[in-house]
Amino acid sequence: MIALSDYLVFGAVLFMISMAGIFLNRKNIIILLMSIELLLLAVNTNLVAFSHYLNDVTGQIFVFFIMTVAAAEAAIGLAIIVLVFRNRKSINVDDLGSMKG
Amino acid sequence: MNFVIPSFAPAMPEIVLLVLASLLLVADTIWSKRYEFATYYATQVILVVVGYLIFESFATEQVITFSGSFVRDTFGDVLKLFIVLISLGIFLFSKEYLLQKKFYKGEYFTLGLFGVLGMFVMVSAYNLITMYLGLEIMSLAIYAMVAMRKDNQFALEAAMKYFVLGALATGMLLYGFSMLYGATGEIQFSKMAQVIASGKADDVVLSFGVVFVVIGLAFKLGAVPFHMWVPDVYHGAPTAVTLFMGTAPKLAAFAMLYRVLIEGLPGLVQDWQTLIIIITVLSLAVGAIVTLVQDNLKRLLAYSGIGHVGFMLLGIVAATPDGYSAAMFYIIVYSITGVAGFGMIVALARTGNAFDKVSDFKGMNKRNPWLALMMLFVMFSMAGIPPFIGFYAKVTVIQEAVRSGFVWLAVYAVVTAVISAFYYLKVVKTMYFDEPDENTKAEPVSRQLNWAVSFVSVALLILGLMPSSLITLCYNSL
Repeated sequence: MIALSDYLVFGAVLFMISMAGIFLNRKNIIILLMSIELLLLAVNTNLVAFSHYLNDVTGQIFVFFIMTVAAAEAAIGLAIIVLVFRNRKSINVDDLGSMKG
Repeated sequence: MNFVIPSFAPAMPEIVLLVLASLLLVADTIWSKRYEFATYYATQVILVVVGYLIFESFATEQVITFSGSFVRDTFGDVLKLFIVLISLGIFLFSKEYLLQKKFYKGEYFTLGLFGVLGMFVMVSAYNLITMYLGLEIMSLAIYAMVAMRKDNQFALEAAMKYFVLGALATGMLLYGFSMLYGATGEIQFSKMAQVIASGKADDVVLSFGVVFVVIGLAFKLGAVPFHMWVPDVYHGAPTAVTLFMGTAPKLAAFAMLYRVLIEGLPGLVQDWQTLIIIITVLSLAVGAIVTLVQDNLKRLLAYSGIGHVGFMLLGIVAATPDGYSAAMFYIIVYSITGVAGFGMIVALARTGNAFDKVSDFKGMNKRNPWLALMMLFVMFSMAGIPPFIGFYAKVTVIQEAVRSGFVWLAVYAVVTAVISAFYYLKVVKTMYFDEPDENTKAEPVSRQLNWAVSFVSVALLILGLMPSSLITLCYNSL
């Protein structure tokens, strides 16, 4: 039997990986998008685990909403990346630093 | 299981706004070829209609509908009316700016309307799912608006940064939401509060949840240490979009803070109060000190906005109903002042010159004495100099903090307010005492914008002379 805490630890590990992906990654903007998706997956894991152990279906409904909105979010994110690439011919994170102060 | 049809009446303004905005989205593709400004005028009409619907059915008591996911109360209605008023002003300013910068598109207005819809949903959300949906409706619209200047490198960089950090903030907030759900087994705010009060919830999971929720909220409000995106995004975005996202969404973010922390987690005051004190202290410091070295007016206003959020949080730290009212008063005043401040930059912007550097204001008194006076009103109100309304906003939050026993925090806030007066007065000094560069001519400001800027700025003075009605409104709505 897998305990609730195992799922929570798994969610926390996914969360950590996505944080590392966002803050350590200096190469590619697409990886940022992937990290954001991973962050939402961590949330979904948590919600589904809680939902199962609480015997309450609300958490799973929440997950449906998160997945739908995440798709819309990814669409806008990719559209912005396409525009950035058209303008700079690069999707390097380090190139996104022309404003400082 | 039987399904009961919910009462739609409390959500009428949102439903009408959604239907009309969707129709406008379609109509815009047909109109925009033939009638240039049809979408703009339709947007303003829709906002007036929605504002009237709220005003006409103004809620005097709490009504909860849609199986406890939507709430209509006085607090929400007051905030929604201000969101409508501020958006009317924003769209008026934006139209001229978009025309001058030659990227006038109907999409700006339809996206703006959906942003307003998202804010409405956030203000009226009564469970975690509705709150999340409202937040995303608003954020997705604003991400797209920032990226609307497809040929401008700064705008795209700002859009990318805003998108990544905004999505990160939402993720943090959701992670916190999942913990709150797990600990309480409920997603509706009042039921969460009941479970926590009964002591059945798991303390460790709850405090994890509170930490992540506060981090997410601080990101959205732009409070230190989660403020990195604010100056870059405000600077890079087209000024019309900065005007939009720097003002009305602050009201929605405040509503979110109120619904989640105060209506949902009143039993955990001790936990979130400590976190918010840290955020307040840091925000006030950054708002006062980092702003001193800014020479770009948009960045200056962005950093000063961080300081203003710090002041607003003073009222939340007080953790009394009066404190929350003071915070609400502060954030409303800040939004109005923000419209005046960014509106001034929009009004002065010309093709080829963004007019967003402090040095652009050199000797403005000689060229355009009336607008210089209006800018002085805005700066004095932001600095908190009487008799402008900004003074009363600062006084009320500081008063509530002192009443709750946070004297040291109040003294600290006053010190930062004095430091920040320096850079507001620096702008005034640049306008009145610096010699203009030889080749600068008087700014050609359209008559409409001249009226609009004068109206908002003079309103700061008039509200400051008679602050009691607005203060009473905020104190009665909670």
